[in-house]
Amino acid sequence: MAAPLYQIPGQAPSPTVGAAPASGSAAEAVRSGPAENSGARTVADVLAQSHADTVIDELERDLVGLAPVKTRIRDIAALLVIDKLRMNLGLQAQAPSLHMSFTGNPGTGKTTVAMRMAEILHRLGYVRKGHLVAVTRDDLVGQYIGHTAPKTKEVLKKAMGGVLFIDEAYYLYRPENERDYGQEAIEILLQVMENQRDDLVVILAGYKDRMDAFFRSNPGMSSRIAHHLDFPDYPAEDLLRIGDKMLQQQNYQFGPGARSAFEEYLARRIGQPHFANARSVRNALDRARLRQASRLFADKHKEFTPEDLSTIAEPDIRASRVFQGG
Amino acid sequence: MMTNPVGRITQGQFSYLPDLTDEEISMQIQYGLNKGYAWSVEYTDDPHPRNTYWEMFGQPMFDLKDAAGVLMELQHCRKTFPQHYIRLMAFDSTRGIETIVMSFIVNRPDKEPGFGLVRQEAAGRTIRYTVHSYATDRPERERGSGGA
Repeated sequence: MAAPLYQIPGQAPSPTVGAAPASGSAAEAVRSGPAENSGARTVADVLAQSHADTVIDELERDLVGLAPVKTRIRDIAALLVIDKLRMNLGLQAQAPSLHMSFTGNPGTGKTTVAMRMAEILHRLGYVRKGHLVAVTRDDLVGQYIGHTAPKTKEVLKKAMGGVLFIDEAYYLYRPENERDYGQEAIEILLQVMENQRDDLVVILAGYKDRMDAFFRSNPGMSSRIAHHLDFPDYPAEDLLRIGDKMLQQQNYQFGPGARSAFEEYLARRIGQPHFANARSVRNALDRARLRQASRLFADKHKEFTPEDLSTIAEPDIRASRVFQGG
Repeated sequence: MMTNPVGRITQGQFSYLPDLTDEEISMQIQYGLNKGYAWSVEYTDDPHPRNTYWEMFGQPMFDLKDAAGVLMELQHCRKTFPQHYIRLMAFDSTRGIETIVMSFIVNRPDKEPGFGLVRQEAAGRTIRYTVHSYATDRPERERGSGGA
């Protein structure tokens, strides 16, 4: 491998140029991770250099519930840190397969976790840029012959160096139509997932049962995905805490009785069709804010205090159709 | 008379240097991406200096973050046209610049046909000179094999 002998202005020094001759360790030149991760000998070294633990702690703090998912992410992060240490001692040169599948019902935090995952992988040096490109079937599959490959490739090129998040990935495969172009997209994806593991991490997301069917009919896809994470539905108390957090972020608060009204609302709403976990909570709160706004709007001559403007009162929540329908 | 003893055409950046390795090409691409340029891949079998617009290999690549994406397209082009000239160009879309700011050749045929000087006698013993690309002596579909 011919290393360039010059330094381009504005370019971070490549590990093969700077690090290898300076420290004299051949193992460091094996894989081109960020230079700052080389030379670490303990877990604390890797964490201190990469700041990956701060992202994991944030994940722990910011996301309510999701205990099994958090445990798996900790496990994966631990594996990556240990791999890094092994690499520094020259024990292993092969990049681990990091493609993942996130399954779970709508609104269980798949996209949010994917974004954090991209950040963690970036901090540990397993993806170079750490951005997330979120796509669905429409972005990958074309409408006529010869349209699919360039479309899929364009998306892949944009995702290089980061994480490609394919939402509702099972739509890519349509068994009822054998001439569906989705198969072509899957083949291109598989090829890149296999050959450019260093450049790109693919995360497939969707409902559990439909993803399982998708993997059954695409064994090649299934075998290339190392980590399957299942996102459980939130219990009611977690949803309430999520609601608290959402209001807090937007500088709102529950008025007297409003929180228990919201709890009651959630208990009824969970049983109804089209319940989308955290997304439903967000929508319910948005509608409550709307009702609060029109309640205040009716009072044309009152001077409002900050409390008035930021409090969601009980009637704002009780007015929901969930309570009327019975 | 041999005016270009190595027989390599010199167009764009780095053309007096030995061919860049893929790693060096990646670094150049990343430098451009960091500056917000959009890369594109172009190829031709007739590198005449006045042949400004080469064939586009796919569309220009906007919104990329990492050099691996451009390199993937380049490898695809090399596989398709192993005996053509291929160049990478970076377009800067900044208002007021809006032009190509980087351009360098990343693939050459094994044998570069080169150019000849053609003299044409005109009225009154005037001589008109023009540069002729040997590559165009052969029909288009036979040019791929890289010179006679």
